[in-house]
Formats: sequence, C-alpha cells, structure tokens
Amino acid sequence: MLRLDKTETWLLAATVILLTAGFLLPSWLTFILTLAFAKALVVQGVVIQMRAGLVSFGQGLFFCIGGYAVGMGGAFLDVHDVFALIGLGVAVAVGVAAIIGLLMTRYRDIFFAMLSLALSMILFGVIVKNPTLGSTDGFNVHAPTLLGWAPQGQEQKLAIFVLTVLIAGGLALALNRYMKSGLGGVNEAIKENEIRVEFLGLSPRWILYANYLFAAGISAVGGALTALATGHVDPEMAFWTTSGEFVFIALLGGTTHVAAPFVAAVLFALVRTYALELAPHSWQMILGFVLLAIIIFLPKGLWSLVAGKRRAAA
Amino acid sequence: MTTLYAILIDGMIYASWLFLVAAGLTVIYGVMRILNMAHGSFYSIGAYSGASLVGWYFAGGDGAPYWSYLLLLGAALAAGLFIGLLVEQGLLQFMYKRDEILMVIITYALLLILEDATKLIFGVDPYFTYQPYSLLGRSSFGELTFANYDLALIAVSVLIGAACWLVLNRTNRGKVLRAVIQDREIAVAMGVNVKLMFAATFVVGTTLGALAGALTAPAISVSPGIGVEVIVLAFAVVVVGGLGSIEGAIVGALLVGLTRSVAVHLAPQIELFVIYGVMSLVLAVRPQGLFGRNLARKI
Repeated sequence: MLRLDKTETWLLAATVILLTAGFLLPSWLTFILTLAFAKALVVQGVVIQMRAGLVSFGQGLFFCIGGYAVGMGGAFLDVHDVFALIGLGVAVAVGVAAIIGLLMTRYRDIFFAMLSLALSMILFGVIVKNPTLGSTDGFNVHAPTLLGWAPQGQEQKLAIFVLTVLIAGGLALALNRYMKSGLGGVNEAIKENEIRVEFLGLSPRWILYANYLFAAGISAVGGALTALATGHVDPEMAFWTTSGEFVFIALLGGTTHVAAPFVAAVLFALVRTYALELAPHSWQMILGFVLLAIIIFLPKGLWSLVAGKRRAAA
Repeated sequence: MTTLYAILIDGMIYASWLFLVAAGLTVIYGVMRILNMAHGSFYSIGAYSGASLVGWYFAGGDGAPYWSYLLLLGAALAAGLFIGLLVEQGLLQFMYKRDEILMVIITYALLLILEDATKLIFGVDPYFTYQPYSLLGRSSFGELTFANYDLALIAVSVLIGAACWLVLNRTNRGKVLRAVIQDREIAVAMGVNVKLMFAATFVVGTTLGALAGALTAPAISVSPGIGVEVIVLAFAVVVVGGLGSIEGAIVGALLVGLTRSVAVHLAPQIELFVIYGVMSLVLAVRPQGLFGRNLARKI
C-alpha cells in the first residue's frame, strides 16, 4: 500500500479540485491557469538548481526547445499527438542538456548565470536569423490530437487544461519525493559548502548534472504545454527576459516547498493580467519593486509566510 | 581586398562602440563585485537624455549646430551623475554585504524599474536625432564610404579607454582604488574610505553607461528596449575579457567586434550567434575570461 505524506495528500487534493474547477470556471480563467501551471514547471526547473545554489538566467533555452518541438513537430514531422510532441520536446531538451551540461556543471555563481544566459541567447540568435526556423515570426501550432481524439474549439482548450493539471500534479509529486530524499537534501549541502560535500565522498558535479538534465526536461514540458495552449511559438521564448521572469517567479515563491512555484506562477499571471490593463507602462516597474521587497523582507519567498505561520502555531 | 578593409573598419567601429558600452560595466564589477544588470538602463537613459536635449536644441533652430556635441556630453554627464547617485545612495549601499549572485538579481529588479521609469518619462515613441550624425559628413576610402561620426567614435573610445587606464595605473587615487580591489578589508584598515570609493566608482560606471547611450543616440532610433538588448552584448564583452579588467574589456570588444564584422560580411545569418559563440567558447576554456584572475577554492 502506498503511504502518502501530508504534502502528497494536499497535492492530490489540489489536482482533483483543479480538474473539477476546470469544468466550472470561465474559459479565460482556465486559460490563464493553464499558462501559469506550464510556466510553473519551467520555474520548478529553475528552483531545482537554485536549491543547489545555481541561478539559471537561461532556462528559456529549454522552454523554447520544448515549445519549438511542438511547433516544428507539427509543421515538419507531421506529428500531432500531444504526448508524442511533448516527448519529442523533452527528448531534444535532455539531449542538448546532456551535452552542454558537461560544460555547465563546471561553473558556479555568476559564471553559471552568465553562461546559461549566453547559451539561451545563442538559440535566440540562431532562430531569429534562420527563415527555416521561422525567424522572428515563429510557428503556429497545428491542432493537436490526444491519442487519436481531435478536440475542437472550447473542448480543445479544456483538454489542454486537464492535461496540464495532470502533468503538473504528477511532476509535483515526483519533485516532492526528490526534495525529501537524501539526494535532494544534498543539494542544500552543495549550496552551503561544495568542497565539504566532496570530502564526504559525494560528487557534487554529477548531482548538479542530474539536476541540470531534470530541469531541462521539466522546462521542455512547460514549453510544450505553453505552445499547445497558446497555439503559437516565437523566439522570445529563448530571449533572456523570459528567463528572467522564471527567476523572478522562483524567488517570489521561494525554494522551500514544491507547491510554491505553482502558487507564485498563478499569482504572477493574475497580477499581470490586471496590471497590464490598469497600468500598461508600469507593469515591469511593479515587478521590480516586488522583487526588491521580496529580497529584502522575505528572502525565502512568499511561502515562508505560510511556513512561518504554521511554526508559530505549533 | 575591399571586403577585408570593410570588415576591418566596420569591426573597429563596432568594437569601439562595444567598448564604450562595456567600460562602465567592467569598472563597476572590478571594484564593487557587482555584475550590474541595470547597466543597460543607464545606457538607455543616457540615450534618451541626449536625444531629447539635442532634439530640443535643433527644434529651437538658431544655435550653432556644433554645440550639439557638447549638449550630448552634458546630457550624459547629468543623467549619469543623477541616476548613479540616486541608485547607489538610495538602494545599493544597503546591499553590499550580499552574495554576488543576489546582487545580479537586485540589479535585475533595478533594470525592470528603470525600464518603465524611462517609458513613463520619455514616452514610448522613438526619438530621432540624426543631426549630430549627419553633420560630420562622410569620407570615402576607395569604394567604401563611412560616416565620420562612426570614425570619431573610435577616437572617443580610445580616449576613454586611455583615461580609465591612466587614472587606475598612474594616479594616486587609482592606486588606492587598486588597493580596494585587492583587499577591501585591509584597505579599510589602512584608512581608505571605501564607502566613498564605492559611491564614486558606481557614479563613474553609470556615467560611462549614459555616455555610451548619448553617443549612440544620433546613430539609432532611440526607443524602448534598447537597454535590454545592449546589456547582454556588454556582458559578452566583459566576460570574454575577464570581469573587472579594463584591458580585458578592450580585448573583448575587439574580439567580439571583429568576429561579428566578419560574420556580417561573410555569413550574415550567424551574426547574433557568433557573439555569444565567442563568449561561450572563451568561458569554456578560460572561465575567468582572458584577463581575469584565477581564484583558489576555499573551504
């Protein structure tokens, strides 16, 4: 019998509630939620690495690969099944990560940040200057099918939402297990003092490498789902400001709990929707001030509010 | 042969522009260990200030056109001083104890704020101030024609590079600054006012960024988003040369500038790719950059 800990029960409950809510909520809201959860998966990729002390300013690289796999898989390979498309994105992303990860894991601190940024900008540069890769226009995503079923219009949006919630829920469960495993704990130790971890007989580099591959895969899933939901991909996905947004959401939620990136991403999406309407030219400014406030007052992210309260009550 | 000259001269022009953009960034990192993401905003603020002031001057109509160059410089200095002091005194001085990587994120927040502040102050419509650019005319070398303004940019950039180097290596103040770079704590113990040094360095860095923006303004259409594009280029240059090194920034600018120029003339579709390609290649072989110092691992 599978024993569930408290977080897992909560995650399962949240998944079921969201699935039901999908049929009741207005379609604009489910659309926002779909995008937010897809984005949160990329943020999870950033968070995995952040827990080990590495800040990736280039997670857009894998986000973009995942998205373009969907766009180009439909346009060139005539693949339309969502699972095949997502799988394609993950395979390409992990393949790329397996090669550049060998290089990336040699770097720490700002060098890791800069190199990850440079690599995603390389992809951006390659796409923008190549008409075969869609140049600045990108691709429209062909109507996807789910194991032979081809939903249309509203039905399709709902199907993508359900798919996103299920995938996000499943990955959240897996991530939670990983965070609480011995290997997950070592990440914190690597952040604190890598050399001491080495002296204990572990190889920080290979742990970071595994993190990197996993982060790449999960970010590609996020990119693929985003592409499926919006029906369009463009090179902006690899531009460094997109990656900056992921870092922002990661810091907003904090790295202590697996649910934090999801909550932060939904909050981010909702605030943006309203802020863009009310003050289109000061949206980034609001973001900047919030980011500063988080760094100064809540260095462990919004989630520390929840965690702090619980500790005070106990 | 013509292509070769074109590559060389274009490369030099681009390299000198890159150096202008990167100088402030490397000065700030060298002394303060802050990889300043907001540098792009200082560049765009400089560009906007220069463009709007010069635009206003020419709209008046009767002044002698050559004064506009002084106005460009003046606008950059004023903007750089103001924003540099504001940011350093208002925010950064309280953050110096933090991690290098956290400083990157703090300056990223600053970039977000300043980007929108620029939009709110100067609007979102592009500014065109071609007058200072066209005023200097063009010169021809064989079949090639270049704008004199671009060629003058090379001179300005050599001048700024030389000035930075001289101040740092040939003056007393520069010596003190190098002491701060070597070891901040010991410098404090020796009676150096590090706080003042930091403030001064930051203001010099922002002013250099604003200057780069103001000098570029006549050659481009100044519109939102120019800062965000520039910052990654500047990163590429300083990372190639070694963070915090003026010599490094010069070599980095030349390397990136000439490589891009080769790409533009021979294989335009890889133009953007080569810049970051060079950066990644250098990082892969020498992570501390061509002129960076090796750091020992500490337990």
